[in-house]
Amino acid sequence: MRPGVHVLVVTGALALTAGSVGAKTLVYCSEGSPEGFNPALYTAGTTFDASSRQLFNRLVEFERGTTKIVPALAESWTVSKDGLTYTFKLRKGVKFHNTKNFSPSRDFNADDVLFSFDRQRDANHPFHKTSGGQYEYFVAMDMAALIKDIEKVDSQTVRFHLKRPEAPFIANLGMDFASVHSAEYANKMAAAGTPEKLDLDPVGTGPFQLVAYQKDAVIRYKAHPSYWAGKAAIDNLVFAITPDNSVRYQKLKAGECHVMPYPNPADLDAMRKDGSINLLEQEGLNVGYLAFNTEKKPFNNRKVRQALNMAVNKDAIIDAVFQGAGKKAKNPIPPTIWSYNDEVVDYTYNPPEAKRLLAEAGYPNGFETDIWAMPVQRPYNPNARRMAELLQADFEKVGVKAKIVSYEWGEYLKRSKQGEHQTVLLGWTGDNGDPDNFLYVLLGCEAAKDSANRARWCNKEFEDLLLQAKQTSDVAERTALYKEAQLVFKSEAPWVTIAHSVVFKPVRKEVVDFRIDPFGGHVFYGVDLK
Amino acid sequence: MLRFVLTRLGILIPTFIGVTLLTFAMIRLIPGDPVELLVGERGLDPVRHAQLRAEMGLDRPLLEQYWHYISGVFQGDLGKSIVTKQPVVEEFFTLFPATVELSVCAMLFAVALGIPAGILAAARRGSVFDHSVMGAALTGYSMPIFWWGLLLIILFSGILGWTPVSGRISLLYFFEPVTGFMLIDSWLSGEPGAFTSAVRHLILPTVVLGTIPLAVIARQTRSAMLEVLHEDYVRTARAKGLAPLRVIGLHALRNALIPVITVIGLQVGVLFSGAVLTETIFSWPGIGKWIIDSIHRRDYPSVQGGILLIATTVIIVNLLVDLLYGLINPRIRHQR
Repeated sequence: MRPGVHVLVVTGALALTAGSVGAKTLVYCSEGSPEGFNPALYTAGTTFDASSRQLFNRLVEFERGTTKIVPALAESWTVSKDGLTYTFKLRKGVKFHNTKNFSPSRDFNADDVLFSFDRQRDANHPFHKTSGGQYEYFVAMDMAALIKDIEKVDSQTVRFHLKRPEAPFIANLGMDFASVHSAEYANKMAAAGTPEKLDLDPVGTGPFQLVAYQKDAVIRYKAHPSYWAGKAAIDNLVFAITPDNSVRYQKLKAGECHVMPYPNPADLDAMRKDGSINLLEQEGLNVGYLAFNTEKKPFNNRKVRQALNMAVNKDAIIDAVFQGAGKKAKNPIPPTIWSYNDEVVDYTYNPPEAKRLLAEAGYPNGFETDIWAMPVQRPYNPNARRMAELLQADFEKVGVKAKIVSYEWGEYLKRSKQGEHQTVLLGWTGDNGDPDNFLYVLLGCEAAKDSANRARWCNKEFEDLLLQAKQTSDVAERTALYKEAQLVFKSEAPWVTIAHSVVFKPVRKEVVDFRIDPFGGHVFYGVDLK
Repeated sequence: MLRFVLTRLGILIPTFIGVTLLTFAMIRLIPGDPVELLVGERGLDPVRHAQLRAEMGLDRPLLEQYWHYISGVFQGDLGKSIVTKQPVVEEFFTLFPATVELSVCAMLFAVALGIPAGILAAARRGSVFDHSVMGAALTGYSMPIFWWGLLLIILFSGILGWTPVSGRISLLYFFEPVTGFMLIDSWLSGEPGAFTSAVRHLILPTVVLGTIPLAVIARQTRSAMLEVLHEDYVRTARAKGLAPLRVIGLHALRNALIPVITVIGLQVGVLFSGAVLTETIFSWPGIGKWIIDSIHRRDYPSVQGGILLIATTVIIVNLLVDLLYGLINPRIRHQR
């Protein structure tokens, strides 16, 4: 073989075409190119799939296929009584990747943790401005305002001091942006005058290491031989970048890949019948809703909001818009999140009762309003225009005349954030599996000021419950508070909670133990091939 | 001739400035804020929003932004992508060879089939062959590329299993790109089977991208041939008793080719726009898909830089065609 030329040997269906058997290679037909390989710098799912989920570890992580937090680079942690200090005991013997640019001289330690967080939070850090220096997730999760200081107690112990108690903090540390990089590698690259290599040729502690990347074509990984949790069952992992979903399906059928994301809903039936494919499904960690602008008349009136909740025929929407790939939502958080309150009773579809309630609120002849519909497909709403039309027809039946409004996506987000709408369709996909990440981010008073709270709803009772839940790390206590908050939400009705989508993931039969990630990611450690 | 070349080159300068102005203005005229798109549903607080816009230079007056852009262009700097933070020129030239390779193959396919088909149709005007070629050309011309591509994939890759579904080469082969042209790189790699694999991957995209130019070239060749076949010199040649093949192949074709060459030049622009869809269907890592992604994300530097570079390519190709045209047809170069 010539130097610089490598041949991969592929197993499973791919081996049939290749005619050779040997190392196990799993091919994932991903939907697009990553923005880069440092998850702290970007926000797209394709980036996280290509970087944090294969190449890196975090102090804590989510157990594969769940939102449960488990130890990773931190073996254990303790939280002080006042909720202000988090002390992490770091795992020993964790090896970084050995790559063509870098041979680590030491194991992972506290310096790497400090480096990874200080780069993002300290504007004077030598790496802060490298590669554009925008850390949007770190900023969005309010980490800069939350962390007072990070202290290296010894080489295996790190202590985070917070400015205020914030129970979801631990879940934040499991998020992609909190991935731990090698400080030694960073210093080496800085000394060589190429600090940006840190983000282009990544070195992590994760189960796979990067071999090669060709933009819009392919990403190649190999198993990290000294991975701390044991070497991955597959030897090579390949991302074959395939933007069109129908083509992905053809590739899956032809055995050119093993796993594909985001199938075309029209193909689902054929996939179910296909003997070579397993169609996995799970409810998504998301919610699609219609928010009433509670600052504007008539939606400042609770009865009006309740009446319109009764006017909506959700079953019809699920059938027409989701075509089986959605479940009715009654709470603002999906059932896969802990503290989901199943005792909440949803408004039943009852147009006469809705009409009566509207009359009681002073609108016996209804009123005119608008429904904003997103111009794009989102995981929580595959067709907002259609949904808006159905809502329009439902509202018409109770005398409310609604006009459908739409803007370009960026413009839509901006204008709805500024509260220009009367009612707006939108949704949310969870970041870290914490109820706070839905409830406080989307319905808290802070977010009602030109931010993610599109209902611009600020209710003292609800807010107090959420703030209390932030103060304690006791999960049972927090669960009780969130359950109560969901009752308040339902009776106040700032939204019509419409649906949680169902995520489908077609995988070939020879793939063993692939699990759908509730966060929408694709994790290949733990997956094997028959 | 020199005067002709200089005039052609002179026109380039305003065209070039026009392209920069147009792309700069157009991408900003489309509603949408790159910062909003970057963060999605979450939204940013106004302070951070303003800060990011400032970092991207979007807070400055438009004239200043344009000046900044155009002075960069003259120094060969097209800026950095808002999304990947990588230099636009670097991203473009990583992906460009794939598009060129596909476009050249598609053009060769279109020319190799289109010209003979057009000639034969003209020679047998009114025959069944003529009607079928023109019917097929019209169908090909009106074929939605996306649908056509998917149809071919389902038939040839899905049902018959003759060609791979998508990509540039089988994942079995892995070598560092040398030229960026897969046919050359796979041949250079010396890997047995790599070149064949690259060829097999090229077939369907070539057919799909080449379909519209093929239709246009066939129709153009036919009509140009028909026109020439009525000229006096053709009648003279026939009257002299020359073999029909010689009349068509030598006397008529040479003159009929002149408008065909112009059309081929113009098809380069068509190829680039067709590449957008073809590349998406066949997961072809070229610039077509990259530009579309950049437009969706309002990645101003990538859109401006990418379109400028594509426009430059199209302008150069058309300039060459113009020069070639002048070379072939003395009437043109002596006009002015």
